[in-house]
Amino acid sequence: MRLPAAMSLSPRWAPYVLISPFLILFFVFGLGPLLFSLVLAFQTWEPTAGLQAMEYVGLGNFAFALEDEWFWKSLGNTGWLAVVSGVPQHLVAIPLAVFIHTSFKHLRDGVIGAYFLPYITSTVAIAILFSSLFSTDYGLINVALGALFGGESIDWLGAPENIKPAIAMIVFWRYVGFNVVLYLAALQTIPKDLYEAATMDGAGRVQQFFHITLPSLKPMIFFGVTLSVIGGLQLFEEPFILTGGRGGSDQAGMTTAIYLYRMAFDFNDFGAASAMSWLLFVVVALLTWLTNRAFAPRKGSA
Amino acid sequence: MNGHRLAPWAAYAVVGAGAIVMLAPFYFMFVFATHSRTEIFSLPPPLFFGDDFFNNLEILNRKLPFWRNLGWSVYVALASTALTLLFCSMGGYAFALFEFRHKKALFALVMATMLLPTFMNMIPTFMIMDALGWIDQPRALYIPGAASAFGIFLMRQFVMSSIPKDLVEAARMDGCSEFGIYWRIVLPLLKPALGTLGLITFIASWNNFIGPLIVMRSPEMYTLPLALRSLQSPVNTEWGALMTGSAIATLPLLVLFAMSSRQLISGLTSGAVK
Repeated sequence: MRLPAAMSLSPRWAPYVLISPFLILFFVFGLGPLLFSLVLAFQTWEPTAGLQAMEYVGLGNFAFALEDEWFWKSLGNTGWLAVVSGVPQHLVAIPLAVFIHTSFKHLRDGVIGAYFLPYITSTVAIAILFSSLFSTDYGLINVALGALFGGESIDWLGAPENIKPAIAMIVFWRYVGFNVVLYLAALQTIPKDLYEAATMDGAGRVQQFFHITLPSLKPMIFFGVTLSVIGGLQLFEEPFILTGGRGGSDQAGMTTAIYLYRMAFDFNDFGAASAMSWLLFVVVALLTWLTNRAFAPRKGSA
Repeated sequence: MNGHRLAPWAAYAVVGAGAIVMLAPFYFMFVFATHSRTEIFSLPPPLFFGDDFFNNLEILNRKLPFWRNLGWSVYVALASTALTLLFCSMGGYAFALFEFRHKKALFALVMATMLLPTFMNMIPTFMIMDALGWIDQPRALYIPGAASAFGIFLMRQFVMSSIPKDLVEAARMDGCSEFGIYWRIVLPLLKPALGTLGLITFIASWNNFIGPLIVMRSPEMYTLPLALRSLQSPVNTEWGALMTGSAIATLPLLVLFAMSSRQLISGLTSGAVK
């Protein structure tokens, strides 16, 4: 394609033209609206009323959020889900990755594929399927549990105390394979002679796991746990579908992301919803920073 | 091979049982897609394929503009993929092979946008789409994310590792225009990375739920995930039809994954595994 000389670019300006789509989209759809939501957090406003109906309320929205029982409840739910769905992922993914790494050759790709598959599938389709699997009287999960252990059917999605475990199981199922792949990649970087030397010194397999494998995986554990925490605190789709978009009985399945969505789109309070989103953002940032500190290699040992 | 090898059969058993747990839900999704609501909710629940698939499809079409919803899903996913490949290859190429003022700061900005949680975007996205009059417009779904930080990062990594700067310099010496270098030299060499990013983008758009939930108001404009969710109701949910719809939404992903699982897995974990 020939371009007229006036339209041809000098190498000096070319990079700016090349990154201009990013910059334009970032400012129009990213930063601009984000800053507007920060302004909005200090206003009272309903979108139907038009921009001039906005009214400055200072910290009113934040005060409202911090005094709101449901907001705290949603934070509790979110924290519970982040921990209970997140930590087991790593406790299971690490040994699984070690098994696959040491014992699988021919079937390796197939096995990894099976574990990874849930990660790429539609959350909505999966959550819909699980809402039928979890149903009380005819759900496959209760039928299987009844056949194995007997006892009464569990009201997974109706009883407040069971919704969160049901959500955590789905989240665990979806993301454990992603972590297996992370740990497999990390395992491949551990030098083999470390294990050979340990075998010479008479260290058993379990000792090798705790003294070589686990310490070598530490940076990846740190990275993976950080990802799980950040992801867990953002949980929205699985609980949203499982509770019909309302948070479940007694709001037991209502995460903060769902609550702020409802605050804006069901209750039309965009100011309070923005304040809540910034509060949750601070929580996420703080926890990311804390896990960073807790896991970061101390100076000298790295 | 390293030292802590458990008795292999134990490892096979554990890993194999886990793999079955991972895959079983997919099996039941497709089995349930071929059964009526009453069959799904009977004791024992169906374990093998039935013959209600077309019946369910008919219910789906009665309750939803199903083919339209499916069409929007395809359209948005394709548009999003095309635009993302264009913008991210441009950005990645610029960050990899050019020196320019504020490059470091701009790249840090790209990376920072990757850290922003999704929930932070829900209200701002609605506000800007409302202001632009893009509510119920498919472009509201494929334009905003088209210069994704992840894509730019992926492309930059690939350009740095596989396109020598000398090649670009030589073309420039020969009088090739900047646009010509990008279009005729860089883009063809980027093919493998474009394939990976294309797959990831298509899948992400296909599965996107929060985006359409925020900007799509009329059922004729719903994409598949949103349409399926709208069938859920406290009473009288058409479970058979819902399963059929879910299976149809899942099938393309299974096909794509079967064809390119290695590429997809390494692409999706590339931010984490260098």
